[in-house]
Amino acid sequence: MLHVTLIVFLMSLFYLSIANRMTTYIHVLAMQGVLLFLVAFLELKSITTLNLIFVLLETIVFKAIAVPVFLKYLLKRNHITREAEPFVPNFVSLIITTAIVVITIILSNHMEEARLDKIFFVVALSTLFTGLYFIASRRKIITHVIGYVIIENGVVVLSMAVGNEMPMMLNLGIMLDIFASVLILGIFLNKIGDVFHDIDVDQLTSLKDD
Amino acid sequence: MIAIYLISAALIGAVVFFNRGKVLNYSLSILFLVLQCAFTVYACLHYNETSLYYFTFDSLGIIMLLTATIISIPAFYHSYVYIEESEEKTPRTRASYFGAMVILITAVSAAYFANHIAVVWIFTEVTTLSASALIYHHRNKLALEGTWKYVFICAISITFVFIGILFLSLSSSNAGSDYLSYKNLLAKSSSLNYEWLRLAFLFIFTGFTAKLGLFPMFTAGVDAKDKAPGPAAALLSSIVICMGFTGIYRIYVVIANTPLLHWASLVVGIAAFLSLFIATVYMIKVKNLKRMMAYSSVEHMGIVMLGIAAGGIGYYAAILHIVLHSFVKSALFFQYNQLYKVFQTKNIYQIGNYFKYNTTGAVVILLAFISVTAMPPSGMFVSEFLIFRSLFEANQIAVLIIVLFLITFIIWALAKNIFKILFIPVVDFDESKVPIISPWKSLSQFILLIGAAYLGLNPPAIFVDLINNSIALLPH
Repeated sequence: MLHVTLIVFLMSLFYLSIANRMTTYIHVLAMQGVLLFLVAFLELKSITTLNLIFVLLETIVFKAIAVPVFLKYLLKRNHITREAEPFVPNFVSLIITTAIVVITIILSNHMEEARLDKIFFVVALSTLFTGLYFIASRRKIITHVIGYVIIENGVVVLSMAVGNEMPMMLNLGIMLDIFASVLILGIFLNKIGDVFHDIDVDQLTSLKDD
Repeated sequence: MIAIYLISAALIGAVVFFNRGKVLNYSLSILFLVLQCAFTVYACLHYNETSLYYFTFDSLGIIMLLTATIISIPAFYHSYVYIEESEEKTPRTRASYFGAMVILITAVSAAYFANHIAVVWIFTEVTTLSASALIYHHRNKLALEGTWKYVFICAISITFVFIGILFLSLSSSNAGSDYLSYKNLLAKSSSLNYEWLRLAFLFIFTGFTAKLGLFPMFTAGVDAKDKAPGPAAALLSSIVICMGFTGIYRIYVVIANTPLLHWASLVVGIAAFLSLFIATVYMIKVKNLKRMMAYSSVEHMGIVMLGIAAGGIGYYAAILHIVLHSFVKSALFFQYNQLYKVFQTKNIYQIGNYFKYNTTGAVVILLAFISVTAMPPSGMFVSEFLIFRSLFEANQIAVLIIVLFLITFIIWALAKNIFKILFIPVVDFDESKVPIISPWKSLSQFILLIGAAYLGLNPPAIFVDLINNSIALLPH
């Protein structure tokens, strides 16, 4: 069951790479939040109840509800167009995402067995690199933020893998996620929406060397 | 003591941040400086002791803290001058500026001493937050763009460090959060799983390069130093860089005691070399004075990390170089505001004949130029020379030749621009609006520059001992 959840999570990355609409991205992010909750529920058996409630708040309330709702609000408020407008065709994106997954699988086979289920490693690293690729290949600032949220999801998967042994690392990971997301989403995207009316990275090119 | 320091500094920072009263802001800032000095003295007196479990006053931390405290005193003075003379000052911007500065200096000082990698990581995150408040000081479109880029890249790199820490915890055979203190990691370095350690080092190194200003994450720092006010940029290019260095150095010490030393030095060396290369390319074409200074920091961090990668005398020289660079670069950024007041622009093409308008300031720029290019009377000549020697001793002659070639280009680009600023008059410059600047405002810059020369040419025995102690754990 745990593996099925993680594989569904991995498949959501493929879906993200070929999706075109901003709302699809946001829905997939919400779904990833629910999947993360399932993973936490199935994997974290030996942590305290208090800690489990904390994880639950992070995955369900923050990742599956708060962030998507806020992103949708931003879309509406700043009149962001519905298309994602990637630099590269979706087909190429799909191939690159597949390549990322294949490379992480090869890398995971290369790693010596540690106290980590390999599937966690594969899912976490491919999520991380897909997020980075997402940032590099999309035009809008809001898609950069979505890419960052994807990266954070990968980090949460990885910190759950060690969560049974080191709850402190798990909590730190969650704190990082909430802190950085609130900082990025809350303060700056709001401000950028006010100042730059059409949110596009092309607008953020005034800081140049000449 | 460190608990008292952290709590009272956080309180001072919060009160300054939310209180708009001028007198209260300035008196609390002075109180913070007193606290910072007291903490520095305390740390020196309690050398090698552990405080509050997660902080150890070791040699590297003390070197860095002394540097930070010495720089933060003029930083507050120049911030005062800057804020009071600025036309757009409001109680709100002043309060958030000084509040953020107090928090930044506190977080950086705590990160120097943290003996647990997760604690370093937490304080690194605090510096991102406080630095972004400083960069956003002007509250205009460009400042917003700079802040956004800085926050975004720092958020990604802090995530990278976190992933690195997770991998580091996986590299050990037994779990527990205690395990991740540097002392434990060093003690058990032989039993670590090397494959995981490799991955951990890659991620942690990449993450901290955002603070250090090294390839690949150097862009965040350049934009930040461009948009932040001069005194804040001085802090970003000195004490924050030192913090990034501490973060990388401490994990490098762990990995250097495993068979992965050669691989790690290769990684560091490649990143350092690419930084030098990128700095050269940008320095040649850059026309914005502040960005030129920021790229010069990228160049020097490349040189520092080359020293670390080469090993031998390079370790000593790297730490010496980063301290001297902090003094010199902060002096240059402190001086920058006076220059801006005369010409009202950052564009090098519209700045010139500075000797005529502010002789003292021009002498500072000339001395800083000599220091930055590491010409003989300056202290950085010594450290840079030692780093080149370490490359020579490590049989990296080819690298050395290319590096010298790149540095020649950088010196040419810097000299071309700086001499234009100092001596060549600009066309159509309205001299009637040039303000008269008191020479006393350049005093701290002279002290910093002369101090850097003194430390390099004739380092006090205690300073040499501190550096030698901090590199004692590295294989020789």
